[in-house]
Amino acid sequence: MNTYELFNEKTQAIVFGNQKKAIQRMLDFDYVCKRKTPSVACVINPNRAGYVKAFFGKKEILIPMYKTLDEAVKKHSNADVVINFSSFRSAFPTTMSALKKKGIRTIAIIAEGVPERKERILAAEAKKLGKVIIGPATVGGIAPGRFKIGNAAGTIENIIGSKLYRPGSVGFVSKSGGMLNEMLNVIARNSDGIYEGIAIGGDVYPGSTLLDHLLRFEANPKIKMLVCLGELGGLEEYKIVDALKSGKIKKPLVMWVTGTCAKVFKTSVQFGHAGAKASSELETADAKNKALKKAGAVVPNSFDDFGEKIAMVYNKLKKQGKIKEVKEPMEIPKVPMDYKKAIAQGLVRKPTNIVSSISDDRGEEPTYYNVLMSDLFKKGYSIGDVISLLWFKKKLPKYASKFIEMTIMITADHGPAVSGAHNAIVAARAGKDITAALSSGILTIGPRFGGALNDAARYFKHAVDSRMTPREFVDDMKAKGIYIPGIGHRIKSVKNPDKRVEILKKYARKHFKKTKYLDFALKVEKITTAKKGNLILNVDGCLAVLFLDLFESCGKFTKEEINEIVNEGYLNAFFVLGRSIGMIGHILDQYRLRQGLYRHPWDDILYLKD
Amino acid sequence: MAERGIREYDAKHLLSKYLHLGLKCVLVTPKTNLNSLSKKHKWLRYKKLVVKPDQLFGKRGKHNLVLLNATFEDAKKFIKQQMGKEVKIGKATGKLTHFLIEPFVPHKKEYYVAIKSAREYDSIFFSLEGGINIEENWNKVIEIRIPILEKFNRKFVKSKLPNIENKEALVNFIEKLYNFYVDLGFTYLEINPFAFENGKIIPLDLVAKLDDTSAFENQSKWGNIEFPVPFGRTFSKEEQYIKGMDEKSGASLKLTILNPHGKIWTLVAGGGASVIYADTITDLGYGNELANYGEYSGNPSTAETYEYARTVLDLMTRDNKPGKILIIGGGIANFTDVAKTFKGIIMALHEFAPKLRKLKVKIYVRRGGPNYKEGLAQMRKLGDEIKVPIEVYGPETHMTKIVSMALRKK
Repeated sequence: MNTYELFNEKTQAIVFGNQKKAIQRMLDFDYVCKRKTPSVACVINPNRAGYVKAFFGKKEILIPMYKTLDEAVKKHSNADVVINFSSFRSAFPTTMSALKKKGIRTIAIIAEGVPERKERILAAEAKKLGKVIIGPATVGGIAPGRFKIGNAAGTIENIIGSKLYRPGSVGFVSKSGGMLNEMLNVIARNSDGIYEGIAIGGDVYPGSTLLDHLLRFEANPKIKMLVCLGELGGLEEYKIVDALKSGKIKKPLVMWVTGTCAKVFKTSVQFGHAGAKASSELETADAKNKALKKAGAVVPNSFDDFGEKIAMVYNKLKKQGKIKEVKEPMEIPKVPMDYKKAIAQGLVRKPTNIVSSISDDRGEEPTYYNVLMSDLFKKGYSIGDVISLLWFKKKLPKYASKFIEMTIMITADHGPAVSGAHNAIVAARAGKDITAALSSGILTIGPRFGGALNDAARYFKHAVDSRMTPREFVDDMKAKGIYIPGIGHRIKSVKNPDKRVEILKKYARKHFKKTKYLDFALKVEKITTAKKGNLILNVDGCLAVLFLDLFESCGKFTKEEINEIVNEGYLNAFFVLGRSIGMIGHILDQYRLRQGLYRHPWDDILYLKD
Repeated sequence: MAERGIREYDAKHLLSKYLHLGLKCVLVTPKTNLNSLSKKHKWLRYKKLVVKPDQLFGKRGKHNLVLLNATFEDAKKFIKQQMGKEVKIGKATGKLTHFLIEPFVPHKKEYYVAIKSAREYDSIFFSLEGGINIEENWNKVIEIRIPILEKFNRKFVKSKLPNIENKEALVNFIEKLYNFYVDLGFTYLEINPFAFENGKIIPLDLVAKLDDTSAFENQSKWGNIEFPVPFGRTFSKEEQYIKGMDEKSGASLKLTILNPHGKIWTLVAGGGASVIYADTITDLGYGNELANYGEYSGNPSTAETYEYARTVLDLMTRDNKPGKILIIGGGIANFTDVAKTFKGIIMALHEFAPKLRKLKVKIYVRRGGPNYKEGLAQMRKLGDEIKVPIEVYGPETHMTKIVSMALRKK
């Protein structure tokens, strides 16, 4: 590449900062320009290495992401541009280190608010090393058909609209980054478009100046005319005046300096750009426009006829044969629309993979089955209410929610010796975290441990609904050779009743409208305990029949719903939830007591030998 | 923003602290209790004093605003007389609110030193003949340039300075002053004059500007420093409100009222474009009718453009002059979402629709950029809804064309 060229169709950049949108816009530009390789070689993200996913046309690609510039440069020695999106705080050190990398020729600095002294050091350092800095405080620039910096030239519609997929013959440079797009449009409408367009940024000391770029354009035989948009403040435009006078710039230059309005302002106004402030007559827009005109530049009367002046110069050059008809590409590849945008515009639809009917987190406030989070608190919902909302999509009467809470409390723990707690303790002592240790405990819950609720509900419901007598039920189960789930306890007996069962029965009798399942179960207990004292209705069995009574008598559940709850085994959920509380307690207890790895003692194992 | 003037008081304070000059000075504001001031600063009672306004304007002596060789009683009397008084300095008119009191230093000779920054170097200016006539004596000022990538070269600077008594002390001072200038992020520093007697340096008058973009690295060195607005510049309630929003936001929101009774109001996106719209209005000869300068940019939120637009619309509809024009302009945005920013403006236009109709306001819109088609369509729809004439144009129309359309139709 000649020194007057910064970019060609093979140019690749290192993007400092994980700027997904800017990167995608660069790649979309690449695609409509029919570049063979993406213009982003890699991304630097000081926080994380890995890959950035992006589309290159229709294909999805992975762009490597490194933590340091050193690594990026080593792995992508062909990349000679750095697009620096780092903040005003770190723009200086990051640009300094990029300048020192041998292969880097051009650096664009996007950040606004880089200290002036730091900008001056960067500019001087770049000059010493023969490198080009574009910015700070800019969107960058574009070389149509070849390369674009970050967000320059905006969206793909604009790129197509201003024909930026192929080069024209105009070299353009402006201070304002915000006006770059506008000027690309103006130039496209009044000529064959730009060959290269750069915005140097509105600061007082940009890394490269208007003149630096105009001189590059002057040296480039592919550029036939120059367009420049200056600004009040500073004396930079007078260097252009000198270059015109001394013949350093020979190509026709159409130029306008903005800020002519400053004269009607009573006090000095700081415009949008740091450098846009005239502190002497020479720095005003009017003085600069006048000097430029005198030196031979084509200066419009106002921005209004800037386009006409560009067209005038362009048509003259064309007539003289200095500009040939530009070859339009046969077809411009179409960048597929992003799915999100298409959805927003109602252009596409797709079937969903997930259905949810219990909660919604999309609005201003999450809801639990149509109840706003703030209403939960305003209206005094209890945890039992929340469980019934999320599990059954119902707001239950107060006594019912209270019963759910009692169930959770009663099933919360049953000491460290039961198999679930034991497994959780063993896992916790093996150094596993809470989720792993809790899972280990929960996975133990099943038909023999804690899982009797479901089966008990099923059998008792079947017996009562099919109008069996308690005696018929006991005999039937015996004939089938099945122990009745929910009946029997290892320690408790008629004489030594289970306190938990007593509490539950008492509550149900007081609050439930009907207790037909409990009554039936107690009749069954009478028969079984006559045989053996410990064949009592245990806590699982009691909970099972009481839930059946609750569902049926509270008036909130249909028959179908109750059947589903019983047949699909929802009731175990109460035990899983309740017991998790206790198991977490055991796990934390082990951590707190710094218990080491558990190893079962040999003397507690019977080693069998054949 | 970058270059910002600071008070002489703050500059002297910093200078004294970093160069160990032991300077004494006090700032008097409208809130200062003059009677108890000498309790804290005992030297006020027994030293002869100088009093002068400290509000970022020069030529105070020429405006008869400096009190010399005064007692504390004189000083108090002077300040009481001047406080709140309106004065005209150059083009600007403003009230006197801040005064600097410092010891009066009798001296025989006045020296000049200044440091200024240019792109590739810093210049140190020095003259044996400082004082109020420095401009007339500018040919006697020597300039020493320190390239930006080089350090202060003592030998070189010394060779450039004139041979005077205690030259070593002078070189020392200039070296320290230069390092102070660089280390604290100054962009301009002028001491005119300073007294230099028996090897001791006493800065008499001082003007300084700091680079406020370097605050993130220099704030701790600056301490609690104030950046006063230029003399004569006051902010209306609305300007202050937008300024406050701007300071809190990642986007940019600017508003300056030029002529509250002007006919042409603008709501323009972009720092560059906003200047060009104001230019074109001026270039077409309507500068005196331009009511405001302002801009929003950097992808502000819908809420921000709504607040911004309703502030402008409120100002615009305060007097009953009919036939006003509202220019909702902008170039082709790089990444600002046009539909989103327009949404806020549309909300505000809805709110002010009755007033806009009553005053027969005409609205001209021109914009491009991300989602511009949607934004423009919403604007067109709005015109029908609120029955206010709104002409809407996109990138196919030259950016400032709506200005000439609006003004020619007037």
